[in-house]
Amino acid sequence: MSSKETMLQSICQYKKQSNTPLPEHAGFATIMYEDLFEQFSTALTSVGGKAVLLEDKTHLDDAIRAIAQEAEHIVCNVEGCGLSSDDGSKYATPHDVAHVDLAIVRGEFAVAENGAVWLDAASVRHRALYFLAQHIVIVVDKTQLVSTMHEAYERIGFDKAGYGVFVSGPSKTADIEQSLVIGAHGPKSGYVFLV
Amino acid sequence: MGHPELAAKFTQDVERTHWHDKALWFVREKRDRASKSIPEWEALRRKAQQIKTHTMENLDTYLEAFEKNAKAKGIQVHWAKNAEEHNRITLQILNLHNAKKVVKSKSMLTEECHLNPYLEEQGIEVVDTDLGERIIQFRKEPPSHIVLPAIHLKKEDVSKTFQEHIGTEAGNNDPTYLTRAARAHLREKFLGADVGITGVNYAIADTGGIVVCTNEGNADLGATIPKVHIASMGIEKIIPRLQDLAVFTRLLARSATGQPITSYTSHFHGPIEGGEMHVIIVDNGRSPILGSEHYSQALNCIRCGACMNTCPVYRRSGGFSYEATIPGPIGSTLEPCKDLAKHKTLPYACSLCASCSNVCPIRIDLHHQLYFHRQDVVKAGLLDKKKERALGFAGWLFQHPKVLDFCGKMARKVVPHLPRWMMYSSMNAWGEHREMMDFPEKSFKELYVERQKRKQS
Ligand code: SF4
Repeated sequence: MSSKETMLQSICQYKKQSNTPLPEHAGFATIMYEDLFEQFSTALTSVGGKAVLLEDKTHLDDAIRAIAQEAEHIVCNVEGCGLSSDDGSKYATPHDVAHVDLAIVRGEFAVAENGAVWLDAASVRHRALYFLAQHIVIVVDKTQLVSTMHEAYERIGFDKAGYGVFVSGPSKTADIEQSLVIGAHGPKSGYVFLV
Repeated sequence: MGHPELAAKFTQDVERTHWHDKALWFVREKRDRASKSIPEWEALRRKAQQIKTHTMENLDTYLEAFEKNAKAKGIQVHWAKNAEEHNRITLQILNLHNAKKVVKSKSMLTEECHLNPYLEEQGIEVVDTDLGERIIQFRKEPPSHIVLPAIHLKKEDVSKTFQEHIGTEAGNNDPTYLTRAARAHLREKFLGADVGITGVNYAIADTGGIVVCTNEGNADLGATIPKVHIASMGIEKIIPRLQDLAVFTRLLARSATGQPITSYTSHFHGPIEGGEMHVIIVDNGRSPILGSEHYSQALNCIRCGACMNTCPVYRRSGGFSYEATIPGPIGSTLEPCKDLAKHKTLPYACSLCASCSNVCPIRIDLHHQLYFHRQDVVKAGLLDKKKERALGFAGWLFQHPKVLDFCGKMARKVVPHLPRWMMYSSMNAWGEHREMMDFPEKSFKELYVERQKRKQS
């Protein structure tokens, strides 16, 4: 008997017969936020990130430059942002993006309750870009804000891309005596621009 | 050694015990604030419990659905009955790629399987990449907590360890400085690795993908730079639908550290360009727990660690006193399920205060389970002989009220006048660690009778 068969047999032998139904929907009436941006911004700030609301795309480049003056090697896949013509797709391996100072990437939508943004890897060639870049700026359409994770998961699918990630702020750790240090292995800062 | 002896060792350093207690209470308070920010928190917990219970009752169906959907996405799925098989499969995959360097992100399952020493014996370099895990890996210690693996260490300890292993400045205890040094050191490891191994927080049956949650981004780097990603999961990690994740991602980080969500919640549904992705599904003693009357809910655990942070015993005895991969209340019920004789002291590492059950995001009845385990320990004849005799005598005494009254009366008269050396001798196990209580002049029964008489007159 294969291990799979042995394991399934063991599970069938032991599992309980009583039948707890699967709730029809995981979601249910939940907390609703009046001002989604306000809540998103508060949540993101609490985890070490920062949210910026912009009128339109005309000032996007300046706004990003203002927070990342030193960044030399920039990769950008956001339409309407002119800080770099390199969208990262020319690199053959993830190792080649190890020197990126700043990644400016498209976020699909943002979640108010926890300051997370959904990044769908259909828009980048190397997933590692999100984590290897020293700094990250995520640009999201300001109409794409949802209240909670229940709404968020309704918008996600994996037919196009084999990978997607919720990013909430920069990478961080509190493994040394519970002191919070921003920038563990991944990006040392995490800005979200809602445009 | 059992829990009491190991705990005694930990509590010898009184100051450190208090410090450890406070550090965990700090996390517990953050959890409280985070949970109170969601008005539907209790409803979420009930929903999570229902989803998990349903899943465990139909586990075979969901595991098979997961396999089918994962394969369709180009993921290779393996099944391992036990730790040994899990390690063998991992090694096979590594050998196939001639891999010599592995970066690993935190996974309690690989810890349980003792994967690191197994691979190291084969000449493979395994680097734990979670900062806390890397610290304890240097120190050749196991994790003392499932979410905060190095919670038992002070920054001075970390500084010394790093000085020795990665050459940081002597006496520089600044957490930011130390973290930055580890960042540089680990970046090299990520970029030089052949294979990345991660754990699995959730496996989704209807999409055939897995989810990994971290704050540091280490699992993400490990799974997106090397060509090969191996993810190890226990059979209980499965959830039916993508939408169910909404419930669990809302509960997990808030319960674990008080954050609204982890910095990264990565959903892997296939390998990177030109790469391979493998998932190993592991039983290793889990399936028999599915059928147990009292303990089956323990398999619903999502490993948030909240029960440890709140446990008054864990906070004061430290993770190592449990001598188990998973310490704290959930470890104290899971480990005896697998080997009662070996872990017979764990159900007693509990004050039955029920705080663990109250904070558990999946509403696992942890304190009930520990209480049932105690009865199992007695039934199996595993109770310490001294305790068994004492309890046997107490049981007999309570069945003979006249004798009990008489003994009580004598004790109240005699004990307060006994010299200390006589009271606190080896005869009195209670007094070994505590002061005896003050003996009242009258028993409750006597007071009650007097009161009734007064009422009547
Ligand atoms: S038993 Fe509950 S509280 Fe404890 S780690 Fe598991 S899910 Fe968290």
